[in-house]
Amino acid sequence: MEGWDPSTKSALTQIPLLTTRAGPRDGGPWTQRLKEEYRALIAYTSMNKSNDNDWFRISAANPEGTRWEGTCWYVHNLRRYEFQLQFDIPVTYPATAPEIELPQLDGKTHKMYRGGKICLTVHFKPLWAKNCPRFGIAHALCLGLAPWLAAEVPILVDSGMVKHKDDEATSAES
Amino acid sequence: MTLIMKSATIRRSKVKELSAEVVDSNPYSRLMALQRMGIVENYEKIRDFSVAIVGIGGVGSVAAEMLTRCGIGRLLLYDYDTVELANMNRLFFRPDQVGMTKTDAAVQTLSDINPDVVLESYSLNITTVKGFDTFIESLKRKSAEEGRSSGVDLVLSCVDNYEARMVVNQACNELNQTWMESGVSEDAVSGHIQLLVPGETACFACAPPLVVASGVDERTLKREGVCAASLPTTMGVVAGLLVQNSLKYLLKFGQVSPYLGYNSLKDYFPAMEMKPNPQCSNSACLQRQKEYIQAKPARDALAKAKLDAESSSEAECPLHMDNEWHISVVDDSEAESSNIGKKPDALPDGLVHELPNADKYQEPPASGETSAITDDLEELQRQLDALNSS
Ligand SMILES: [Zn+2]
Repeated sequence: MEGWDPSTKSALTQIPLLTTRAGPRDGGPWTQRLKEEYRALIAYTSMNKSNDNDWFRISAANPEGTRWEGTCWYVHNLRRYEFQLQFDIPVTYPATAPEIELPQLDGKTHKMYRGGKICLTVHFKPLWAKNCPRFGIAHALCLGLAPWLAAEVPILVDSGMVKHKDDEATSAES
Repeated sequence: MTLIMKSATIRRSKVKELSAEVVDSNPYSRLMALQRMGIVENYEKIRDFSVAIVGIGGVGSVAAEMLTRCGIGRLLLYDYDTVELANMNRLFFRPDQVGMTKTDAAVQTLSDINPDVVLESYSLNITTVKGFDTFIESLKRKSAEEGRSSGVDLVLSCVDNYEARMVVNQACNELNQTWMESGVSEDAVSGHIQLLVPGETACFACAPPLVVASGVDERTLKREGVCAASLPTTMGVVAGLLVQNSLKYLLKFGQVSPYLGYNSLKDYFPAMEMKPNPQCSNSACLQRQKEYIQAKPARDALAKAKLDAESSSEAECPLHMDNEWHISVVDDSEAESSNIGKKPDALPDGLVHELPNADKYQEPPASGETSAITDDLEELQRQLDALNSS
């Protein structure tokens, strides 16, 4: 776990691990995997709430559980910045991680691939590969999205690329 | 000015068959000369081939243009992205195409260059369940006439990420489809091409992916504020290597490279080949491996018959097969022997694995603890919804 900050590490170790190696084209085993995904997400969300570190909402956007949508937020200088969050479960999951997208930030930062997919650190993919199939959606959010928001939101806000929604409203009125 | 206006409207008509006639108006004369010179036995066969190109970016678009100019029969183009001004440091796309889907913009340019090529444009994301189904169906569409599971002769992967490569691998393993992988490193200074024959060579999931070490220390690489760099030169070189290997494979001339790396900082080209992994995590790969082993007697008989036929016509062996300049740093015999007797994960100099292997992991026996938690999917969804709304 070289290259990870202590809070990410400690959160990660508390998220339940998954066991079923199944992707969205695998039928019954995928339903089993989906249950494990829910258990991990429930545990991670509860943990964040009890640690006063609630920072995302996510739920399946289709009955098959292959599309997920929600929001995530980050507090910078005591103000909360919230973004839409979405991703598809790839057909080769869990060998490959979901590619997390923040569509509202597409084109606003270089730390993003086309379509608003966040650019992960060099540490993410090796750790995901090593832990396949034990990591799931909750782990991807913890290891991928949380550090990205912590690194990029302050830069986006300070550079003026991202405005707080209250400031946007006033500038639109004037 | 009038000249420019005029040239923009000139379009040549389709040709019925490739002509070897050397006149200014024949777009194929220099290609058919390959046949006259004895490099290629039957160049005209190029019109019978279908090639699918996945990823119409810096490598894929150039590969598509090369195959179009070579007179390939049919090209299937896949990408979900649109052309942006940020793409203009690479070849092929023009500023006036900004906003078009990459596949439509490519069809526009390619059909102007060579109207003889049948072009199919698929603007979709192959990694999603829906996109993958369309991808598979489009590859299979002409399979009935070919009598195979796939309707294309070769798939070229020109995508820029591991996730999409794994998806191409999945499709090609399921369809028993030979494909070639290509890639350029995120620091833009190295690249590679790789031939993948399901069951016969390693698939993309058999071992962690390889990268050509640029020699630049990863720790000194400054990644703040950037995702990836790109150069038209590296991408052009890789596209050239990829299409050259494709032409050799399709038209059966020269030696088809199983893996060729390119380190542009040192102008070093490591070569190697990889056997399939009997413990591969991809079940379609294991199925193809089994079939390949079962087909061995038939393959041996065919090889023997070919050898006998060749020995009776020794004098007519193809020309220019020897590499008198020794351009490749590692020649094939060396690459082969270097993989024998070593650990399976021993790699030639200058190649490293990009990702680690998955840790060995034993599934824990079902304990009473897990059964205490609900096993009902809808109940789990309700629990998460409740947490989400509180
Ligand atoms: Zn394999």
